[in-house]
Amino acid sequence: MELFDNLATGFGVAFTFQNLIYCLIGCILGTLIGVLPGIGPVATIAMLLPATYALPPVAALIMLAGIYYGAQYGGSTTAILVNLPGESSSVVTVIDGYQMARKGRAGPALAAAGLGSFFAGCVGTLILAAFAPPLTEVAFKFGPAEYFSLMVLGLIGAVVLASGSLLKAVSMIVLGLLLGLVGTDVNSGVARYSFDIPELTDGINFVVIAMGVFGYGEIIANLSKPEEDREVFTAKVQGLFPTKQDFKRMIPAVLRGTALGSALGILPGGGALLAAFAAYTIEKKTKLQPGEVPFGKGNIRGVAAPESANNAGAQTSFIPLLTLGIPPNAVMALMVGAMTIHNIQPGPQVMTSNPELFWGLIASMWLGNAMLIILNLPLIGMWIKLLTVPYRWLFPSIVLFCAVGVYGTNNNTFDVWLVGIFGFIGYVFHKLGTEPAPLLLGFILGPMMEENLRRALLLSRGDWSVFVTRPISAGLLVAAVLLLIIVLLPAVKNKREEAFVED
Amino acid sequence: MKIKSQKDFFSGLMFMGIGVAFAVGASNYTVGTGARMGPGYFPLILGVLLAVLGSAIVFYSTVVESAGGDKIGKWAWKQIFFILASNFAFGVLLAGLPSFGVPAMGLIVAIYGLVFIASLAGDNFNAKEVFILATVLAVGSYVAFVWALKLQFPVWPSFISG
Repeated sequence: MELFDNLATGFGVAFTFQNLIYCLIGCILGTLIGVLPGIGPVATIAMLLPATYALPPVAALIMLAGIYYGAQYGGSTTAILVNLPGESSSVVTVIDGYQMARKGRAGPALAAAGLGSFFAGCVGTLILAAFAPPLTEVAFKFGPAEYFSLMVLGLIGAVVLASGSLLKAVSMIVLGLLLGLVGTDVNSGVARYSFDIPELTDGINFVVIAMGVFGYGEIIANLSKPEEDREVFTAKVQGLFPTKQDFKRMIPAVLRGTALGSALGILPGGGALLAAFAAYTIEKKTKLQPGEVPFGKGNIRGVAAPESANNAGAQTSFIPLLTLGIPPNAVMALMVGAMTIHNIQPGPQVMTSNPELFWGLIASMWLGNAMLIILNLPLIGMWIKLLTVPYRWLFPSIVLFCAVGVYGTNNNTFDVWLVGIFGFIGYVFHKLGTEPAPLLLGFILGPMMEENLRRALLLSRGDWSVFVTRPISAGLLVAAVLLLIIVLLPAVKNKREEAFVED
Repeated sequence: MKIKSQKDFFSGLMFMGIGVAFAVGASNYTVGTGARMGPGYFPLILGVLLAVLGSAIVFYSTVVESAGGDKIGKWAWKQIFFILASNFAFGVLLAGLPSFGVPAMGLIVAIYGLVFIASLAGDNFNAKEVFILATVLAVGSYVAFVWALKLQFPVWPSFISG
């Protein structure tokens, strides 16, 4: 079997003492920095990239893979414990993860995220090793029309995530898309909606919106409630590990999440992110078993599925990078940077000209995942201790971390002013009962959607029917319409409202 | 016309306003045609869409009954003020305001400022406790961000470090 030969080569490279140590150091550093609110994988890798310059190429990439996984898991930890998504893909984890933490089940939530990610990572690695070459063919079939339709589907999926009014959720997505357009238009070079402020020509930073709306907005809303019914952790912490019942519910969710994540991760353009959203949407469509907590109230499946999807997607997103040389997201773009620093040109030739590096990297991804779980399961107890910190100490600290994180991303005070403004906007959203999660998704997809719409229409000479005449695109749009119909059906609608009844 | 859901009514108005603003803004840029989209094309579509969605929300908020009128309730001005003030104070203290001649005081001073002002948003303010918290956070941030991560922060006031 060629596959096993290749993997054996890879593990031979990765299993040297030196490389294992680098992987471990990467994981530890990544986790430690990733748990700081407001510092996602992109910022973490950017900060730690210089530390790998001096290493040999294989060791450097292995360490970066460790940092990446560590940062991603660290980000989920913050999302679950303090309701702050440090990166776009943990926006979904926040919904049920934080509710679980509030009910004293932060331990199981963290364990579910860790175990789900580990399983997904293992599957992702195998898929990456087995299917990297043929799968790139699929990515070739995706033209701009398909991407646009895929994003429409993703956004409709996001609507299902929001509690409360559908119309308001759609409006928030559109608002997010619009905010994503602020900054220089890549095609014409026109600075849109920047009010002649030089800092705005680069667009609004994701961290600024996430920290403002989720961090400051929530803190203000929390503080304004009387002390008794504040949204903090009143329930006693019950157990650090998922129960048998939890496992029984988690496993199918993890499997579905992994399948979805592996498939969507191959697509360049936020595949892992879309996968996390789609996985959550699917879980929500499945029937609740008797005695199960509804979604949005702390259902363990709502943590396990998106986390697995996210990790599987993160894994398979190496496929377009290693085979086509196209970085599918910002993290991968940084990896390309790291490769070129070490004189490796990412692309199809890596597999043949540099097989040790290619397979060594794949093997080390699995190792990074394994180390993460060994490292983090014992740490869960320690993270939980954070929850016992009284709120009057916690909230100034969160404000501080948000401010430092926002300033540290670009070393720019303008972002500090902006995060304050978004904090106020976040509180307004809270007051008006509009959910911020769809806004963030729209914000991330905005520029990509415009670009693909523009390209699709350019190729079709302005003919909109291109979206329905191309079969894959049409299929995706049909799926989006079906999803919308399902949500709007009276029976489902009532059920959905039931699931989101405020207590 | 009677408002049956205050939250929906005002959020609808907000979306309408923002949608119109973006659409009007978009008309300042070249709109172009489908085949040759200008920078104003996509924002114009989205702005109009948002305005339409907003008006639909306003319409429903006057038609569909909701429990107890879905009141927005009191605004937490005190909390808004102190949290946002602490954020702005952090920015000013950290890097200064060169255009107004305010010198940079650096990270450590900024942390004390942020923690003190933010804590005023809470119910009980205990100066001694806040001082200890600020010290812990200042030391922790120094170790994590400056010493370990080597982030480029101005750490000390500019008139000391030069």
